Amino acid sequence: MKKLGTQKRTSLNGLINYAIVIGAYVLLRVLMGAGLLSNSLQSVLVPACCYMVMAVSLNLVVGISGELSLGHAGFMSLGAFSGIVAAVALQNLVPFAPLRLAAAMVIGALFGALGGFVVGVPVLRLRGDYLAIVTLAFGQIIQNIIMVLYVGVDAKGIHVTTDSARLVLAEGGTAIVKGPMGAVGAPKLATFTAGAALLLVTLFVAQNLVNSRSGRAILALRDNRIAAESVGIPAGKYKLMAFVTSAALAGAAGALFGLNYSSTVASKFNFNTSILVLVFVVLGGLGNIRGSMVAAALLYVLPELLRGFNIAEYRMLVYAVILILVMLFTNNPTLQGFFGGVRERLFQKAPEGTVKGGGANE
Amino acid sequence: MSLLNNLIIGVSLGSIYAIIALGYTMVYGIAKMLNFAHGDVIMVGAFVSFFAAGSFGLPPVVGLLLAMAVCTLLGITIERLAYKPLRQAPSLAVLITAIGVSYLLQNGAQILWGAATKTFTPILEGQLSLAGGQITVTYVAILAVVCCLVVMVCLTLFTGKTKLGKAMRACSEDKGAAQLMGINVDSTISMTFAIGSALAALAGVLMCSAYPVLSPTTGALSGIRAFTAAVFGGIGSIPGAFLGGILLGIIETFAKAYISTSLSDAVVFGVLIVVLLVKPAGLLGKYVPEKV
Repeated sequence: MKKLGTQKRTSLNGLINYAIVIGAYVLLRVLMGAGLLSNSLQSVLVPACCYMVMAVSLNLVVGISGELSLGHAGFMSLGAFSGIVAAVALQNLVPFAPLRLAAAMVIGALFGALGGFVVGVPVLRLRGDYLAIVTLAFGQIIQNIIMVLYVGVDAKGIHVTTDSARLVLAEGGTAIVKGPMGAVGAPKLATFTAGAALLLVTLFVAQNLVNSRSGRAILALRDNRIAAESVGIPAGKYKLMAFVTSAALAGAAGALFGLNYSSTVASKFNFNTSILVLVFVVLGGLGNIRGSMVAAALLYVLPELLRGFNIAEYRMLVYAVILILVMLFTNNPTLQGFFGGVRERLFQKAPEGTVKGGGANE
Repeated sequence: MSLLNNLIIGVSLGSIYAIIALGYTMVYGIAKMLNFAHGDVIMVGAFVSFFAAGSFGLPPVVGLLLAMAVCTLLGITIERLAYKPLRQAPSLAVLITAIGVSYLLQNGAQILWGAATKTFTPILEGQLSLAGGQITVTYVAILAVVCCLVVMVCLTLFTGKTKLGKAMRACSEDKGAAQLMGINVDSTISMTFAIGSALAALAGVLMCSAYPVLSPTTGALSGIRAFTAAVFGGIGSIPGAFLGGILLGIIETFAKAYISTSLSDAVVFGVLIVVLLVKPAGLLGKYVPEKV
């Protein structure tokens, strides 16, 4: 378990995180301006920001609060679809695109938070693996429900139905979400700047939550629930706080993600997406916000870059093998000792160097 | 009559889920890990049987036995290479490793056998007509129910009467104490994986016979559903997995028939959530309060 440093140390740590994000943003902007960034790399910037936000927010639940959630993509989905609907509905009301994007993200966050609250209140009573399976179930339910929803908007307002025939819109209205086809014709409002801004907001929220009185209560509950409850910390309240905050951030990330593509299907946010984000969190280090961020950026961008090569077929196979090996090497005492020794002689670096070391130039 | 027909379909589907869930539950009971790769072992089993029948022209029974043998070996290998080194590791690390194994199997299968969907030849053809043709039962459905009952009875006898079965129960209760009593914990866990994987192969062949499509991702969703069934009945409990599997099959079939085809998953998982809220350890699971 990571020890809490002194107040000064934690705030410095937080400042470094902001600096990394701003530095990376400026660097990438400069590279983009100089035309050094390929199109394929440019196109992964916004989703990479979304996944970084997802990883940091999931870390609040899995790392900071110590509850395993396997349905984080469900909140992303809620945010994506509500965000898309909001962006289309506000088309005339808010013509300024960045403002509309911000409004869509806020609405996405609200829907995410609402989902988090509805799931969190009953579910946080469960422990460990049961909590995991219920969050998994929740993710599936969200995906399933969005697949049968038809949403349209016209002059009278927003229409929601589960039957395509019943979606009757007035003249000038548009159907936004079309059941299994997902959201089509969404405005592509998302920008890299918005992604970086959302990431900064996420860091701000997450770091201030962790370093607050509530955050310490959440950490205490994670480390020893019984001891924490016995000194009067209400477990339900603080677990729910972490869960809802995380869901809200995931919702905002979802809205940004949804508005980056002209069409989005519900199955994009399936169990595999939840697992992908969980892998980022675990490889980045539980409870380590910077680790989540860097792991998400590297692990999302690297496989995307490998798409172009002729090893594309083996891309996921290699990914799986690396995943298993990293887990074995970081968790098996014998291997850890052996490779620790070798590495010390070769690189004089910590075992996580493979994941974290490359993050410096991100 | 359609009600009875749906019930029969539900029970046979549930029997397949139950066989998969038994594998999940036994592994969870003893190794305390969510083995996400279990669903992909199902797929491997189905592929072995597919090629045994299709490419080598072996009789279906031989194909089934071959699939079970291959999966048993696969299960033991996975356990030895991926899970055994992590016996002392935090459960999340083991979970991620299991996910890695699942990716590995899925993508390995995709490279070896291609991503295209294949049509599986059922191991048993034909159906039984009852009540003047109003009720039809496929032979595969009957076979699934029979297999499930046989497996269930055998496992109950095995864990209750044999030395190895008792060792398994001892390990699942307290590994340290079991070791002190002279039980070889490692080989017991390997044995559990072997049995679970053999059952997965059986379930894979039955499932692909009932729903004859086969692709590298075939096992993933049925794996999750079966896992749900195991939790539903109370994970770690053998009768619980059986009950959970059958109930899940019936609920899914009824939801498909009477509510909506596309919402069946939502109904299944919704029922799961409600059950867990009322009985947090599943239907037949034991709730063990934490001791201070």
